[in-house]
Amino acid sequence: MTLSELLNPLEGVFGSKIYNKAEFHGETSYSIAANDLRDIARFCRDELLFDYLVDVTSIDNFGEEHRFEIVYHLYSMPHAVHLRLKLKVPEDIEAVDTVSDIWPTANWHEREIYDMMGIKFNGHPDLRRILMWDGYPFFPLRKDFPLEGLPSEMPDVAFTKVTPLEGGPFVTVPSTATSKDREPRARPPAL
Amino acid sequence: MPETRATAYDSKIEGNVIFTRFDAALNWVRKNSLWPMPMGLACCAIELMAAAASRFDIARFGAEVMRFSPRQCDVMIVAGTVTYKMALAVKRIYEQMPEPKWVIAMGACASTGGMYRSYAVLQGIDQLLPVDVYISGCPPRPEALLAGLMKLQEKISRERSFRNQKPELAEKLDEAFA
Repeated sequence: MTLSELLNPLEGVFGSKIYNKAEFHGETSYSIAANDLRDIARFCRDELLFDYLVDVTSIDNFGEEHRFEIVYHLYSMPHAVHLRLKLKVPEDIEAVDTVSDIWPTANWHEREIYDMMGIKFNGHPDLRRILMWDGYPFFPLRKDFPLEGLPSEMPDVAFTKVTPLEGGPFVTVPSTATSKDREPRARPPAL
Repeated sequence: MPETRATAYDSKIEGNVIFTRFDAALNWVRKNSLWPMPMGLACCAIELMAAAASRFDIARFGAEVMRFSPRQCDVMIVAGTVTYKMALAVKRIYEQMPEPKWVIAMGACASTGGMYRSYAVLQGIDQLLPVDVYISGCPPRPEALLAGLMKLQEKISRERSFRNQKPELAEKLDEAFA
């Protein structure tokens, strides 16, 4: 069974609910709406045998209308094919439906997205931070979070400070200049 | 260094008596039996393990007794990246170590944050603990750790241990001998 034969029923059942089909290196991506996520996810697992959720990642397209994007990377062990589902999420959305009951591995991936991007998930059994500590006030992978961090203080738990970045060895300057000029080692700090 | 000279020349106790300062003797004992607290937090801990193993053999310097209880340790070797999430735990472990105690910041991360100019990494453990010896490297080779340990031994041998530890008694003795 080829990949297109496998994906035909998906397009047949959901029609215009899946759009923006993109093929790259033999892997297929679709965009879907947040409301259809659970239906499509369950169909992919039960009917198309995408039994392995490789990863769930999130993107911050800061400044765009739909600020966030969540990408579900699926793999089918029986068919040995990849499928990617992309979910546009506006900033003011209350929460996205969880898929942790469909693929249990999504539990920690969704916790990471909540920790780093601040997107909540409906029906998640244990939506706590996973990398930062409970009570850390920021979502550090958002684009409006500064690279050097922000100060915070939780007595007896943890604190954070602003990191000095001047002359930092691995900090490139954001500009349209060539990488040679953005590379910090081309600008040795005045000693 | 302890000074030795011939006393009681040609007597039964010749060769069995050494005169030295109390501090020198105490420091000599301390510096040759430094029990490390292996605070291994990243790849520096691998080099720390290599320093303890047969090829480099940290036992040659009396520091082979890695203790995983801070209550039995003399020197904390902070080997690796100290994240903000871990920072207060490191400090608490340090506070559980009995006096006298020393700290070695092993590698770039423990010394300055290293390449992690980041919201999540403490920029040097010296913001929380009094560090005695910094070791450069990313990670430092075991020889560098041994060199750092020898630096710490030199530092210990110069300490005024008795006065630091028993200031009242030292004062009384000063008055008595004044």
